Amino acid sequence: MRNIITLTVFIYFSGSVLVHAQIDSTLLRRTNQDTSKLLLNMDAVYNRPFLATNKVPVALGGYVEANWQHLGTDGVTEGHQFQMRRLTLFVASGISRRIKFLSEIEFEDGTKEINIEFASVDIEFHPMFNLRGGVVMNPIGAFNQNHDGPKWEFIDRPVSATEMLPATWSNVGFGLYGKKYNQNWVYAYEFYLTNGFDDQIISNDQNKTFLPATKQNRDRFEESSNGVPLITGKVGLRNKIIGELGLSYMGGVYNKFQDDGLVLDERRRVNTWVVDFNTTLPKIKTYVVTEWAFVKVNVPDTYTQQYGKKQAGGFLDIVQPIIRKNIFGFEKSVLNGVCRFEYVDWNIGKFTETNGNISEDFVSVVPGISWRPTPQTVIRLNYRYNWTTDLLGNPSSKTAGFQFGFSSYF
Amino acid sequence: MKGRLPVLAFACALLLLASCEKFEPIAPNDAAILDGALSGLTEAENFRFQKGDIAFNDEIFTTANGLGPLFVATSCGSCHARDGKGHPFTTLTRFGQIDGNGNLFLNSGGPQLQHRAIPGFTPEQIPSGATSSKIIPPAITGLGFLDAVTDSDILAWADPDDLDGDGISGTANWVELKSYVVPRANSVFQNGKYIARFGQKGAAYDLLQQTAQAYNQDIGITSFFEPFDTYSGVKFDPEISSQAIHDVVFYLKTLKAPLPRSEGEAIKSGKQLFISSGCGKCHRAEMKTGNSFIASLSNKTFYPYTDLLLHDMGTGLDDGYTEGSAKTAEWRTPALWGLGLSKNSQGGHYFLLHDGRAKSIEEAILFHGGEGNQSRESFTSLSGDEKEKVINFLESL
Repeated sequence: MRNIITLTVFIYFSGSVLVHAQIDSTLLRRTNQDTSKLLLNMDAVYNRPFLATNKVPVALGGYVEANWQHLGTDGVTEGHQFQMRRLTLFVASGISRRIKFLSEIEFEDGTKEINIEFASVDIEFHPMFNLRGGVVMNPIGAFNQNHDGPKWEFIDRPVSATEMLPATWSNVGFGLYGKKYNQNWVYAYEFYLTNGFDDQIISNDQNKTFLPATKQNRDRFEESSNGVPLITGKVGLRNKIIGELGLSYMGGVYNKFQDDGLVLDERRRVNTWVVDFNTTLPKIKTYVVTEWAFVKVNVPDTYTQQYGKKQAGGFLDIVQPIIRKNIFGFEKSVLNGVCRFEYVDWNIGKFTETNGNISEDFVSVVPGISWRPTPQTVIRLNYRYNWTTDLLGNPSSKTAGFQFGFSSYF
Repeated sequence: MKGRLPVLAFACALLLLASCEKFEPIAPNDAAILDGALSGLTEAENFRFQKGDIAFNDEIFTTANGLGPLFVATSCGSCHARDGKGHPFTTLTRFGQIDGNGNLFLNSGGPQLQHRAIPGFTPEQIPSGATSSKIIPPAITGLGFLDAVTDSDILAWADPDDLDGDGISGTANWVELKSYVVPRANSVFQNGKYIARFGQKGAAYDLLQQTAQAYNQDIGITSFFEPFDTYSGVKFDPEISSQAIHDVVFYLKTLKAPLPRSEGEAIKSGKQLFISSGCGKCHRAEMKTGNSFIASLSNKTFYPYTDLLLHDMGTGLDDGYTEGSAKTAEWRTPALWGLGLSKNSQGGHYFLLHDGRAKSIEEAILFHGGEGNQSRESFTSLSGDEKEKVINFLESL
């Protein structure tokens, strides 16, 4: 896997060098972006600012995120932290008019994590019948497929999307998608079969049911942990005026129930359901995006209630443009007032010993401001305040502090 | 205006950098939490404390690093949230028999029931013929002080034959040492046995034994000290290093003692009523440590409200289970320091006494029987206002 990544990065940079060495930079052009207001979250992977050169069928792009933060928990702080959270590189290629390829490689926290987040070939047979195969982003919720930093006004990604759901969640597999336009409406579907989760979702160092734990499995792009495909499906609906509604499901067997023909356990499923919605309110131009998810996991009754059988949570972002004008010489720059509300119940249920509620909740409020000198770049100042309650429901621990940083496509 | 904007932005940034800590949650009052190191530790001791803290509170056991296959909890911190008393979620069940002939069920999974199992395995059941007792994990603060009390002091408080005729005996729990336990200097040795002091029955000699057994019996982790797998009974390679266990032992020794949270006349009056009711005969207020290799623990006076002795608590609290030389109705006097903070580690409720059956301090007092009869009667004869003063005093500890 590492060799593939190294080779890909090498090809990417080699391509860049060649481009700069041989072609007048004035020939570089931005690819056209769809401004029809009928784009869906599923279009996010291709709705990015790519840079292409004349006659070369490859477009390049990416984004970068860096920030400073000073957070404290119950009087204890780690002080000033400067973080390079992500450097993401895109390579897209129009192989033919109806066959295209896109890859997204992400370096997180320097080179601590290097991931292929997307590397798929799309073949269009009909607008309602496209085949996609390779490393695909499972269409669960809105955030997973539409996660690029420059598209969001907050430095941290939503906890419900990245820790309860496992965004960014990519797997090897194949699937179909299609869209149908009807005046102000667009209808879409996606359906994929991919490799899925493994036993780590209920056996991990978080001490709770934690779907992202599967990402620790370095073999997951090579083989399924149990041979049963993970099913992911989504239907999306957008109206030019009302907004976009998405309903998605992802589920499958997560545990290694047999090995070498020997039965080790019964088949245990994980199921997730997500509803997402986004809209821009007319006149005041307030942008609202929200995603709420429910997770159900078959955890053995004889295991520990530390690992919850049900989880629920989501986030609500409100972005209110305040000023649209020339600031510091950036024409049409936009200053936004923003606020995010997040909630996750990691363990819905009652203790068998006391019949009392199991807690383990997370609540967060993140007000802030964001400034977009251009649509592709965002500079953000957030103030985060979290309340974290443990399994037993003891007094919450509180974390708060300022975060400042930028995210930009390049 | 154009020129002023960057200056203003720069000034705001500087202001933010300089004052950001003021916008962060403040630390709770030191007396309101049990977590925290003993004051006066050296830098090297602070370093060891921190290592133990991480091993105790942050290390989660999974199938990948040795959990189970049979277990009760997945980490030390699961049973002792915030270093305080445990919740019924992690109640421990010990099984054995009513006589003091040593546990006869060690080959049947004893002494502790592991009622949880990793997927694919079946949890343990109490074997037929065994008696059992449920035990709520105790608070773990101030244990270093209790560990450093000399055997001679403990024996001086004992009155096994009730020679003073006050209805309270108090006996030490004499146990044979595990092979890996090294007796303290000046330990009293009698008929091949030593005085143990930790655990609800007071049957663990020291914090090394308590820690190694807890890893093994609670989490299913084998170590150099306790190498037998609780599922198969077979001797396994260590799943945790001896260094990690010693770090946890050091952490337990150097956790600060709970600090009193309230003073004033009403509390003093409550304390007086507590003493005059005879409660202080077992829940002894003051103790002294002997010599310790940790200077902050050496020759100190402290106030745990225990006598580290076993007392017969009557038939109501007789679970029919014994450890060491403790009889079935005998329980080691629990330290009362930190009692008022118990709710903060038990999910906002009290689960008191050895098995958490008492849902309030008053209920816990009323469950006292046997040697605690007289004190219970004295308490019940108090007026409502006086009872409240006693409760407030206990909550202030």
